[in-house]
This record gives sequence, structure tokens and C-alpha cells, in this order.
Amino acid sequence: MAHDGRTTKPPAEQVPGLEQTRSGACYRPSVDIVERPDELVVLADVPGASPDGIDVQFEEGTLTIHAKVEPRNQDVDFLVREYGVGDYWRTFQVAETVDAGKISADYADGVLALHLPKAEAAKPRKIPVKI
Amino acid sequence: MAIRIWHPFGAFPLAHLRREMERVLSGLGADGPDWVWPGTLRNQPAVNVWETGESVHVELEVPGVKSDQLDLSVVGSQLAIKIERPEVQEEQVTYHRRERPVGSFLRVVELPSEVDPGKVEAELHHGVLAITLPKAEAAKPRKIQVTATS
Repeated sequence: MAHDGRTTKPPAEQVPGLEQTRSGACYRPSVDIVERPDELVVLADVPGASPDGIDVQFEEGTLTIHAKVEPRNQDVDFLVREYGVGDYWRTFQVAETVDAGKISADYADGVLALHLPKAEAAKPRKIPVKI
Repeated sequence: MAIRIWHPFGAFPLAHLRREMERVLSGLGADGPDWVWPGTLRNQPAVNVWETGESVHVELEVPGVKSDQLDLSVVGSQLAIKIERPEVQEEQVTYHRRERPVGSFLRVVELPSEVDPGKVEAELHHGVLAITLPKAEAAKPRKIQVTATS
């Protein structure tokens, strides 16, 4: 059976607009984005990131995730090296109107979960029809 | 995807062919294992493997996986890693992106030497699984004293 060679980690890329204060690869995390009736949930795979190194910004409809990863296994002679270790960075344009003040984030098992509640005006509202 | 495979043997022409055969047969090839078990998805978790004089180290990134969803077993010089990530399908929601891997994965890693199965340790921290496999006594490099007789 053919294998397409994809690993779960996209390759490191130069991220435009990101100021790197330290050298190292920067990876684009895989995400799931789920739209529920009253919130948007963004789940990002950022294994190896330390909880206090995660930075989430939401400004004018743009959501930016930057997770710092402590370098590990730097000076090791690898027999097999299928993935690299580096920071995660990804940015999204959020089409929904989000209540920025109520955004919450939690981090467990290497997954960052962001809850972006929709602003009142954006929630689906049933309009009763008077006969 | 850049892969670097360090091999202890040098750059002799036949050694290169042998290396290629070993790579294919051992499942550590550039595209991942050459056989995938039926029912698994094509996205196999990537591994990093390195060794010291004392042990072999295998590391995988498995975000979102709990320790009870992992199954590790060692036989001789093979490490089998099984991951079960159940699919969660929510009702009445819209998925705008669905990139994170889901499903069951099985990967067998051929280790560079025999290890002691009783001493294998695995630690899961922030979604990174670090497995330390101490080498079997017979496989550890042993210094040989040379006695000068003249």
C-alpha cells in the first residue's frame, strides 16, 4: 500500500511578520476549527509547548497563536529524525463577530483549546412568525 | 521533508545498498513504515530516534493523547507503538478546519540494538512521548583492556 510520506507535522517555514528573538525553526500547528451555535472552538496541536510560553492575540478579527517550545535534544546524534522541534505560529482571519472579552484558552496534553464566544448579534436567533 | 539518517558505517558503495535495504526492511525509511496496518490512517506519527552508550531513545509528538490511549510493547529489538485516538463527531456543528490526526495508529520501530524490556521507561509530557530503552547488557559497548606482553 503506498504511503504518501506525510507526517503529522507540517514543515518549518519562514513566517512573515513574526519577529523571532531567538533563532530556530517555526512550525505551523495543525488545527481543528469547530463552529458551534454560540462559539467558535479552535484546537491547535502544539506538543512540547510550555503553558507560560503560549501567546494568543485577537485583534480586529485576526487571531494569532504563538507557542514557544523549549529546545530539546539539541546536540544529539539522531538515527532517525522525522520531525524537528521549534516554536508554533499560526494566524487566522475570523469571519464571525467574536466577543473578544470572553475568549478563553486552556492547554492540556499538548493541545491548545481556544473558545471564542460569538457576540450577541452573531448568534442565530429564531424569529417567531406571527400569523 | 528533510530526513537525516546517521549510519555508523562509512561511505563504501556496497554499504550504501545495504543501508537502503536495511532502511526499507526496518520501517525507518524516509516515507515512514512501508507497510501500514489495515484500518489505520495514512498519517503515521513521526518519530525521532537516537542512542547513547547506555540506551536507545525514541520520541514522538502525540498531542491530545492520554496515557491510556497508548500501548507500547518491546520484543527484542523492536518497539511497537499503538495509539488510539477516537473520532469525536459532534452534531449540529460546522467544521471549518479538520487537520488534526484521528484514528488508530500502529508503528513498529526497529531499534539499533537489543534492549532490556523490563527497564523501558516512557514519559508523556505536554503531548510529547519520550521513551527510554536501556540497552541489554550484551549490547552495551564494553571497553576491552589491552595488556602489553612485551
